[in-house]
Amino acid sequence: MAILGTASIALGILCAQVGTRYVGVGEIVRTLGGAFGVFNGDVNETSRTTATILLQLRLPRVVLGFLVGCSLASVGVILQALLRNPLADPYILGVSSGSALGVSLAVLLGAGTMAWAIPVLPICGFLGGLLALVLLYQMSATPDRLPVHSVLLAGVILNAIFSALIMFVTSIMEPNRSFSMMAWLMGTLAAPAGPTLLAFSVYVAICLGLLFMQVRVLNIMTLGEEPARSLGVDTERAKRNILLTAALVTGAVVSLTGMIGFIGMVVPHAMRLMIGADHRLLLPASAMGGGMFLMTADAFARSVFAPSEMPVGIMTALAGGPFFIYLLMWRKDRLS
Amino acid sequence: MPSDFVYDIDSVCFRYGAGPVGGPWVLTDVNFHVNQGEILGIVGPNGSGKTSLLKLLAKLLKPDKGAIALYGQSLDTSAQNEVARQVAFVAQDNQPTFAFSVAETVLMGRFPHRRSLRWDYGFGWDSPEDCSVAWQAMTTMDVAHLAGRSVMDLSGGERQRTVIARALAQTSRVLLLDEPTAFLDLQHQLEICSALRELKEDHGLTIVIVSHDLNLASQYCDRILMLKDGAVYAMGSPSEVLQSDVLQAVYGCKVLVDAHPESGLPRVTLPRESVRSRPV
Repeated sequence: MAILGTASIALGILCAQVGTRYVGVGEIVRTLGGAFGVFNGDVNETSRTTATILLQLRLPRVVLGFLVGCSLASVGVILQALLRNPLADPYILGVSSGSALGVSLAVLLGAGTMAWAIPVLPICGFLGGLLALVLLYQMSATPDRLPVHSVLLAGVILNAIFSALIMFVTSIMEPNRSFSMMAWLMGTLAAPAGPTLLAFSVYVAICLGLLFMQVRVLNIMTLGEEPARSLGVDTERAKRNILLTAALVTGAVVSLTGMIGFIGMVVPHAMRLMIGADHRLLLPASAMGGGMFLMTADAFARSVFAPSEMPVGIMTALAGGPFFIYLLMWRKDRLS
Repeated sequence: MPSDFVYDIDSVCFRYGAGPVGGPWVLTDVNFHVNQGEILGIVGPNGSGKTSLLKLLAKLLKPDKGAIALYGQSLDTSAQNEVARQVAFVAQDNQPTFAFSVAETVLMGRFPHRRSLRWDYGFGWDSPEDCSVAWQAMTTMDVAHLAGRSVMDLSGGERQRTVIARALAQTSRVLLLDEPTAFLDLQHQLEICSALRELKEDHGLTIVIVSHDLNLASQYCDRILMLKDGAVYAMGSPSEVLQSDVLQAVYGCKVLVDAHPESGLPRVTLPRESVRSRPV
């Protein structure tokens, strides 16, 4: 855990370096030091510009990337445990698109421009994501088992329906608004304002903390509902709590950054291979791994075609899609 | 009030689905007792309600009518966690999804004994006591040497022994097993059955087994409960229940019953040419 934590910070600094303009490590440390009043060296024009870039744009973006990666990977872990399916991911199962539908409906009705957009959009995202999760569970669950393929199938169908509805909503918007909707849907990590970022980090920290309190139950829920009950787990309560928290996290993430896919599937899988299936370690490790993954993906998205940048959702989908296919092929003999 | 019986099953009826549109009755008016420290075998044809009855005993299902009491206390009023401390249940199908190690799987059996039930309901590390109990269970079921292996890589017999070890780690007084020897070869069947017998004799466990294998039930069970169409058809010692006329009435086909060469207990075999007879 400590190794992963250190690695996250180091990688964060590394990611802050790259972009349209390269900033050295020494400068980052100096600027951070200056911001917290540690150093009071000479302040010239260039270093002030650098400081602005770093503090206003790049660092918030790196932090946001880390938080979003954390959240998506954690939601991926718990969906996989709850649905007993290592291919589950909020993006693939339509939870993200459910949230996105909620958000885009709110934007269509004019909530996006209002002063209270910041609390409203995540709530709409939460409701959409929750709807998707409940539908998914109802569609695919039987009392004693949860067939792997029916979960995936239900998710894919939900995803298709929600995506169609999102397209519809987007198409009846004004052109300029629908353009920014499209960019948002592709998954972007635009640097948010300080207070938003702060609120978001507190929110994510609370939700992930709540999830972390359920890890032992998650372990047992992977056995299936009936075995879990026979071990004394109140399965209804556990499912309710866990699904609610998952929807809360997804809603907030989607309302802020759109649809960033595959982190929730790739990262937990890689972590499970490395540290095993015990969720007491797997959940925090995946959270950090997801954070690092998205920070890196975003650094690439920012710098490969600099000065223009591409949506980070494209990067994660390009990395995650083939991995998903590989898993599906590799598991075929095991599933059947 | 304390009861002499482990289980007291009183005119239990059960069906899947609730309300007026519920499915057909799976169990109708079932009455019996389970005695302290016995191995009770539940046998019967496919669809006679064996597994449903076992799940009712574990409080995984709720009876629609009638009552089930565990040590004199109604299952209806005891919490699931409380039941899990006294009753361990081993399901028939234990296909794992994730690569937990054998030790982790067995340690899950300690969940009902976690200390806090409030805000950190779903969290906690394994205490030294948990580990020693789990180790004991793994030694009993002879899976201790597999502790670090992933459950995905085990053979059917090893996996079944791991799941039984998990049930033992619950340190319950009652063990319910659904087809513990299905899909196992002869040697593993023998291993599991003699392990169960040792548990009964050394630790005073009360064991209820659902099985298709009449001969295994005859050899290892103290009493046998024969279900037919969701009702108790016969109950008693193996030599009382496993008689050719009873079996013919229940299974609807002719069978041969003779004595086991070692134990003298009933041995059931199919005739060479099966004569299809009409249900009586």
